Amino acid sequence: MTSAGETRVGEPIIELRHVDKWFGDFQVLKGIDLEVKKGERVVVCGPSGSGKSTMIRCINRLEEHQQGQIIVAGIELTADVKNVEAIRREVGMVFQQFNLFPHLTVLQNLTLAPIWVRKLPRKEAEETARLYLERVRIPEQADKYPGQLSGGQQQRVAIARSLCMKPEIMLFDEPTSALDPEMIKEVLDVMIELAQEGMTMVCVTHEMGFARTVADTMVFMDRGEIVERGPPQEFFANPKSDRTKLFLSQILAH
Amino acid sequence: MTDIDVTQELPLPVERPRPVTSGPINWLRANLFNSIPNTILTLAALYLLAVTIPPVIRWALVDATWHGQTGRACSAGGACWAFIAEKGRFILFGRFPYEEHWRPLFAVAIFVAMIVASCDRRLWGRRLAILWLAGLIAVGVLMWGGIFGMTYVDTSLWNGLPLTLIFATFGMAFAFPLAILLALGRRSRLPAVRAICVGYIELVRGVPLITLLFMASVMLPLFLPTGMTIDKLLRTQVAFALFAAAYLAEIVRGGLQAITRGQFEAADSLGLGYWRRTRLIVLPQALAMVIPPLVNSFIGTFKGTSLVIIIGLFDLLGAANAALTDTNWQGGFYIEAYVFTAAIYWTFCFFMSRYSQMLEREFNKGRQR
Repeated sequence: MTSAGETRVGEPIIELRHVDKWFGDFQVLKGIDLEVKKGERVVVCGPSGSGKSTMIRCINRLEEHQQGQIIVAGIELTADVKNVEAIRREVGMVFQQFNLFPHLTVLQNLTLAPIWVRKLPRKEAEETARLYLERVRIPEQADKYPGQLSGGQQQRVAIARSLCMKPEIMLFDEPTSALDPEMIKEVLDVMIELAQEGMTMVCVTHEMGFARTVADTMVFMDRGEIVERGPPQEFFANPKSDRTKLFLSQILAH
Repeated sequence: MTDIDVTQELPLPVERPRPVTSGPINWLRANLFNSIPNTILTLAALYLLAVTIPPVIRWALVDATWHGQTGRACSAGGACWAFIAEKGRFILFGRFPYEEHWRPLFAVAIFVAMIVASCDRRLWGRRLAILWLAGLIAVGVLMWGGIFGMTYVDTSLWNGLPLTLIFATFGMAFAFPLAILLALGRRSRLPAVRAICVGYIELVRGVPLITLLFMASVMLPLFLPTGMTIDKLLRTQVAFALFAAAYLAEIVRGGLQAITRGQFEAADSLGLGYWRRTRLIVLPQALAMVIPPLVNSFIGTFKGTSLVIIIGLFDLLGAANAALTDTNWQGGFYIEAYVFTAAIYWTFCFFMSRYSQMLEREFNKGRQR
């Protein structure tokens, strides 16, 4: 598994170098260094307020970093709007609160960006959309509005919406944290499938079972720093830092 | 084959309990006479209706005079609808040359047809824009004349209903896009844009409409270079649009503020960019949310056009006032004239209100379960 994983993983596609970020006077990110290779699956965990969400939101510039460099798919993120939009086209994002567009049907949610950003003909965009709805196992919901779906269904639509842009990288920001327990599995199943197909993923989550299954690399953050990183077997069996040990003992206790 | 025990009792489906009472008598008892205070209120309301309705009917229908050439015909004490029959055309079209009244009539018909066509969402798009352009050219040709054998009619003779419709339609058509830009500008990250928009809104909103109308009609010509004139109608029209825009902008801004940050982030993360995000995600939701106050404002603007009487333009109400000064119709038929104009205003406003309710239902589909 590991050897196969190594050949599967390719060139670096996300690079964060000494990234610092402040909210006012409060430093949320402190000298973050992170490299994600093509096809790699990185799971980021850590206590709340550790800066993990902020970090992945910097990758598609939903948050601006103030120092350091972020290079995604060979393009550096700067104030240049063109660069930012180019990167956003290649980076899909799934949010904790789904953030579907409530005034559009599921199908329209999925085809909007391909039609307006990728300039696909409507028919082609709809075909792709139906394909992805099939893959997230809700093809029958295409003509409903997001408000008519359950949380788990909405999150799967959100994943499909990102996939319709055919992104190189998928970012997941606590995708199951707002879901009722019985719906978490249906979303994780979709994510596991996606991982098996070789998608580059950076995922902030507390689902350690999921992390064990898919992660190539675990990253543990606390107080704005990356405290520890490594392959999941080692990370879970022999955490090196005390902070990691404490966190894992709290999250795995029940 | 398995035996089915038909004697086994299946649980019956539980039916939703029906209301215990039904029928008109029970309805009355439950809603109008269910307590002593309610019974008193019901009786008092019935008494008031009994006192007021018959005299109104007697005045408006029974004792009314329907035909007559002058005010002397109306001596029965009831309503003098003969006044409306004789002067109705003047109220509708004012001093527009009498033999040419078919022109403003057609213009009004074109306006109404265009407005009704615009209500159908399926037509929204380029075709509707072409329709409006063609319709407005037709209205312009009809009103101005000067070609196709029609005599030229100066804009100062455009009176009555066509004028009201022109002011209202153009006022709203220009004010609404301007309002959206102002509202977006007020939320802009660029300090200069924000300052201009805030300044504009606060300045225009802070002065009475009449002031703006006076400025447009009296002061503006003083500042223009000699020899250069701008049509008074156009000046008034612009003043209207600018005034309405300031109010609408704040309503639109209210809608924009109700859009959650997640919507912006989702649109951004798909790479939509500012304008597409605004057009496809933000505005459709924001505007759908503020339809009631928007229509409120539209209705206000529509009726506000009657203020142009102050700067000497004769809109529908102005023409009605002018009709009252006719020496053949002395005796003050104010009530008849105002009931007539009020009915016209009300028809348009009622239509707007109903249409807005339909739009609301349409746009809020996504929020229903």
